[in-house]
Amino acid sequence: MSILVIAEHDNSSLKQATLSVVAAAKAIGGDIDVLVAGENCGAVAEAAAKAEGVAKVLVADNAAYGHFLGENLGELVAEVGKGYSHILSSAGTTGKDFMPRVAALLDVAQVSDIIRVESEDTFVRPIYAGNAIATVKTSDSIKVVTVRPTGFDPVAAEGGSASVEQVDVVKDAGLSSFVGEQKAESDRPDLASAGIVISGGRGMQNGDNFKMLEQVADVLGAGIGASRAAVDAGFVPNDMQVGQTGKIVAPQLYIAVGISGAIQHLAGMSDSKVIVAINKDEEAPIFQVADYGLVADLFEAVPQLEEELKKVL
Amino acid sequence: MKVLVAVKRVIDYNVKVRVKPDNTGVDLANVKMAMNPFCEIAVEEAVRLKEKGIANEIVVVSIGPKACQEQIRTALALGADRGIHIEADGDVQSLDAAKLLKAVVEKEEPKLVILGKQSIDSDNNQTGQMLAALTGMGQGTFASEVVVDGEKVNVTREVDGGLMTLSLNLPAIVTTDLRLNEPRYASLPNIMKAKKKPLDTMSPADLGVEIASRLTTLKVEAPAGRSAGVKVADVAELVDKLKNEAKVI
Ligand SMILES: Cc1cc2nc3c(=O)[nH]c(=O)nc-3n(C[C@H](O)[C@H](O)[C@H](O)COP(=O)(O)OP(=O)(O)OC[C@H]3O[C@@H](n4cnc5c(N)ncnc54)[C@H](O)[C@@H]3O)c2cc1C
Ligand SMILES: Cc1cc2nc3c(=O)[nH]c(=O)nc-3n(C[C@H](O)[C@H](O)[C@H](O)COP(=O)(O)OP(=O)(O)OC[C@H]3O[C@@H](n4cnc5c(N)ncnc54)[C@H](O)[C@@H]3O)c2cc1C
Repeated sequence: MSILVIAEHDNSSLKQATLSVVAAAKAIGGDIDVLVAGENCGAVAEAAAKAEGVAKVLVADNAAYGHFLGENLGELVAEVGKGYSHILSSAGTTGKDFMPRVAALLDVAQVSDIIRVESEDTFVRPIYAGNAIATVKTSDSIKVVTVRPTGFDPVAAEGGSASVEQVDVVKDAGLSSFVGEQKAESDRPDLASAGIVISGGRGMQNGDNFKMLEQVADVLGAGIGASRAAVDAGFVPNDMQVGQTGKIVAPQLYIAVGISGAIQHLAGMSDSKVIVAINKDEEAPIFQVADYGLVADLFEAVPQLEEELKKVL
Repeated sequence: MKVLVAVKRVIDYNVKVRVKPDNTGVDLANVKMAMNPFCEIAVEEAVRLKEKGIANEIVVVSIGPKACQEQIRTALALGADRGIHIEADGDVQSLDAAKLLKAVVEKEEPKLVILGKQSIDSDNNQTGQMLAALTGMGQGTFASEVVVDGEKVNVTREVDGGLMTLSLNLPAIVTTDLRLNEPRYASLPNIMKAKKKPLDTMSPADLGVEIASRLTTLKVEAPAGRSAGVKVADVAELVDKLKNEAKVI
């Protein structure tokens, strides 16, 4: 068996999610190659070559791949990947965008968002917002799979010494072009890989009040998330949404503040090791999944939390 | 221009899903079904394009058992003009759904096809992208803004790091994210009018597509549940427990 892992990156650094996808590839077993497609992405290829368990890194460095357009990546990956038994990528928004195109071009099904590998053709994935867990077997000769990074412990980032080869396949479908982007700039740990996440919901009342969470996050070195209600109300940007249709997180500690605990929110955080809920309504469903629940007004509890944490940390 | 919208019948998002005791799937007997929330957003976007005078016809298509016609009627009540029901019982997987939709696209030749980004039952997030690949069209996935401008459409997408805007040549495929719009409710007079709007039924064979399940679901289990923990009296106790009991800070 031979597995092609598509690296997730921003042209300058390799995303940790890729190391989790390599871990999923190891669980399948076989030779693992990594494809780095981007523009001026040499540093990413070097990082990928050091990852544990990688045999070979293929680099497609071209302006056509600079913004990870789904049409171009789809054609590239279908072409490079057709000789492999498995094609894997992370289930981030880039993987979700181009991988189904790859599957359709190869006329195979895609298995989305797997959290476990049972065998080379059988995978476990959540459905119905995580309220059911399906074991799915695919009969296709090439298996196109997206991987939920929180399901797999990342392989070591250092220690490997894969060879690096250039790939000269240039696919520019000419169907779409990049216009612009609004990146949320932040020095905080990336939500998806943060060890501690503190999230606010509608109970925060406005965007300014999120400063209270930022102060706690500064003490803990935490990432900050939000419920959909908080994003929809315009308190915080969309990339902070945790849940079925937002980010999936599984930190050591998740602190939910003023969040009721709708199933769509739980879908994004219920694999966290320890969950804390702060809510003034003792009937809030979030308490049914919280290891530690505090029934309190968040406007009193959050500043106190900051003070108490400063005492012990 | 003509807009095609694909809508899927799924379990209502408020329903608490239960796994069948024999682990063959999820219990759908006597459960409330509804239009997939992302598909409602797709219909709403098409109706708004029509209200702006950009779209002149909205065709809505659904694949599935006879009961899908309820969701088609809902879309017609919301403002779509005409429905197509592709009658297929059993499990229609994403690739087959995309092949069926491709056949409809070839017949109808829409300028824009709008789909939900994912259906809340299987959470696959595949069909729109597969349809785009099969038809050779560009795709604007996870859209939070759609602006048609002559022969192009600008789509702002919700991506991991924030927002990204693309320009696509028409015809193109768009898949909707939650913040694209807030769908309206159908009024009673419009529900009545919808009953008279045209609805064609066809089979996969009529469209020359053979349904071939490539994925077999071996079992469906309930997730390992979490149980409620303890309530703490105050913040001091919380911090003490996190430090000394859970040891996570
Ligand atoms: C298709 C679909 C997809 C969705 N995807 C997501 C998703 O990805 N992520 C997501 O989060 N949601 C998602 N939702 C929305 C979800 O159903 C809920 O509406 C949402 O999570 C509610 O957010 P909330 O808990 O912040 O708000 P609410 O449910 O309004 O809860 C606010 C909570 O704050 C508490 N509170 C208020 N004031 C205070 C105070 N002063 N002190 C302490 N507590 C206070 C209240 O007691 C209440 O429990 C989705 C919905 C649909 C239909
Ligand atoms: C337990 C179980 C597990 C399954 N596992 C898988 C799996 O791993 N992979 C897989 O491919 N399928 C699986 N299926 C089949 C699945 O239920 C869907 O029928 C199928 O995948 C097609 O839609 P989707 O959910 O992928 O659509 P998505 O790609 O999630 O939906 C996106 C959009 O496509 C459009 N669309 C999708 N289906 C239709 C339709 N029938 N009619 C009109 N528009 C539509 C809608 O606009 C929708 O919002 C499984 C089914 C079951 C019961």
